[in-house]
Amino acid sequence: MSGGCFEVIAPGLTTSVQDRGRYGYQEQGMPVAGAMDGIALRLANALAGNAEGTAALEIGYLGPTLSVAAESVRVAFCGSAKLVLQPAGGGEPRGLKPWRSITLKRGDRLQVGSIEEGSIGYLAIAGGLAIAPFLDSLSTYTRAGLGGFEGRALKAGDRLPLALSQAPNGDELELADDAKAVYGSGPVRVVLGPQEDRFTARGIETFLAGSYMVTKEADRMGLRLDGPVIEHTNGADIASEGLVTGSIQVPGNGKPIILMADRQTTGGYTKIATVISADLPRVGQLRPGDAITFQAVGVAEAEAVRRAQEKAIAALIAGIRPAQPEFALDHSALYTENLISGMVDAKTGAWR
Amino acid sequence: MTAYPQIRSFGDTGFSIEFGDGIDRAVNAKVMALHAALKEADLPGVIETIPSFRALLVQYDPLRATRAELESQVRAMLPDLQAAERAGRLWRLPVCYDPDLAPDLAEVAERCNLSTDEVIARHTAGRFFVYMLGFMPGLAYMGGLDQALHLPRRSAPRLKVPPGSVAIAESMTTIYPWESPGGWHLIGRTPLKLFETARPEPILLAAGDEVTFAPISAEDYAAMVAEVEAGRFDYPALKVRS
Repeated sequence: MSGGCFEVIAPGLTTSVQDRGRYGYQEQGMPVAGAMDGIALRLANALAGNAEGTAALEIGYLGPTLSVAAESVRVAFCGSAKLVLQPAGGGEPRGLKPWRSITLKRGDRLQVGSIEEGSIGYLAIAGGLAIAPFLDSLSTYTRAGLGGFEGRALKAGDRLPLALSQAPNGDELELADDAKAVYGSGPVRVVLGPQEDRFTARGIETFLAGSYMVTKEADRMGLRLDGPVIEHTNGADIASEGLVTGSIQVPGNGKPIILMADRQTTGGYTKIATVISADLPRVGQLRPGDAITFQAVGVAEAEAVRRAQEKAIAALIAGIRPAQPEFALDHSALYTENLISGMVDAKTGAWR
Repeated sequence: MTAYPQIRSFGDTGFSIEFGDGIDRAVNAKVMALHAALKEADLPGVIETIPSFRALLVQYDPLRATRAELESQVRAMLPDLQAAERAGRLWRLPVCYDPDLAPDLAEVAERCNLSTDEVIARHTAGRFFVYMLGFMPGLAYMGGLDQALHLPRRSAPRLKVPPGSVAIAESMTTIYPWESPGGWHLIGRTPLKLFETARPEPILLAAGDEVTFAPISAEDYAAMVAEVEAGRFDYPALKVRS
């Protein structure tokens, strides 16, 4: 199977291959990794005509520039970024809309700009990538150099192998409705525990009433928060035990850490609460400086919220419809592109 | 007083069953028994279960099962658990205690009022039990360290511990599978790769295994490193019991 490839002209800030995560090996200490925002991953795949868990490129903060070295390739980007197509042969650059599929031809360059709302976006590729899974998953766990494309974020010069040599037949697809509503808003909902008994009543109240800020130490492993100090009853150490994505650890300094996709499998710090699964995608989109507050809910309520969210996502996907066959010209993208054109070489498209 | 087993919430994707306090073989045997029973039962909605010293974490998909259903199914299994302290595989792993590969050996000996040879003798006499894996892929927390060797972790952790380092802290020993930061005392080095993607099972040890250490010379260490690097090392031969 030789499907051609995407040549990475510029890698973006942190672009890695991610699917829904590597489950089944946590008892051996193997982190799950996977998409920080599972909703956007699914929608991008649905728009590209893929199974929802197909591995895609997760793009953090600033997107890559990719050149098509295949007859054609269909992609869909979900996230808040400007997309610019530089057509093969040097035609006028065109702005493209996210939240829909587009088909690129050999020699076309796709430039994904800065993520403007949130911190990540997903570029799904029709047919997926021609990369062998490691332990059943294509998710990249960069800390150990495992999975995905060579176990690391993309670099300039990489050739990312595509499963298909040309885009599948069929209409381009677009979302009929804005995806924002399914993420939820307001305080991030948590279930207290597992070690709520290791905090004073005042400590729990501080956590639930306080306003926290995402610090610069925020990455795929976790988000360190700054804000009011949470009071323990008797120290922050416990015998090491399993964790889930969304576990909120409070170490000895009393400042919470939300553990995310690349978290370790086990930890020895007290955990005050767990982010409910429906709110993980929007927590995954937070960036340094963002404010965050918490609200406690029960387990049954958390499950109900997740089921309702799943219904809304299913409705969004069911509502996907054929898009206009021609590229929709996005004037605002072009305008912005011109404003920042000093950063981009007009001939090569390389970031400067 | 806490009554065990105790169930704790990990949001809407997990709950743990805690069987006791502290690090204890009898408590851990219950953890491993429930881990095995849940693997066998393969309950719809359970994604995986993660054993640790005293608790089993059940991770589930809230779109396929509810906590209430799963908790009652798990509770129903508890009375019938066969919590024998049965061990899994028994490994005999080569370790070189040469001072060049054991930067903390002399200090450990001094702090424990032993000679370095006595430290080595006590470490190699031990039969260790893998309570759990965690911290990084393939790192095994092995209990059963000779009481005379118990020391708190180093006050200043190292930023880079070489892979293969054999280390002790408190009542445990471990082997670092990766280069990483670490606060344990480094008393030797194994030529083995505890994690190797080229192996059918990349991670060597599993919770429930037993491990003993065989001292090897610096020459043997170098020879084994060459075999490991060439991909010729016979890992299954390290198993005394399968």
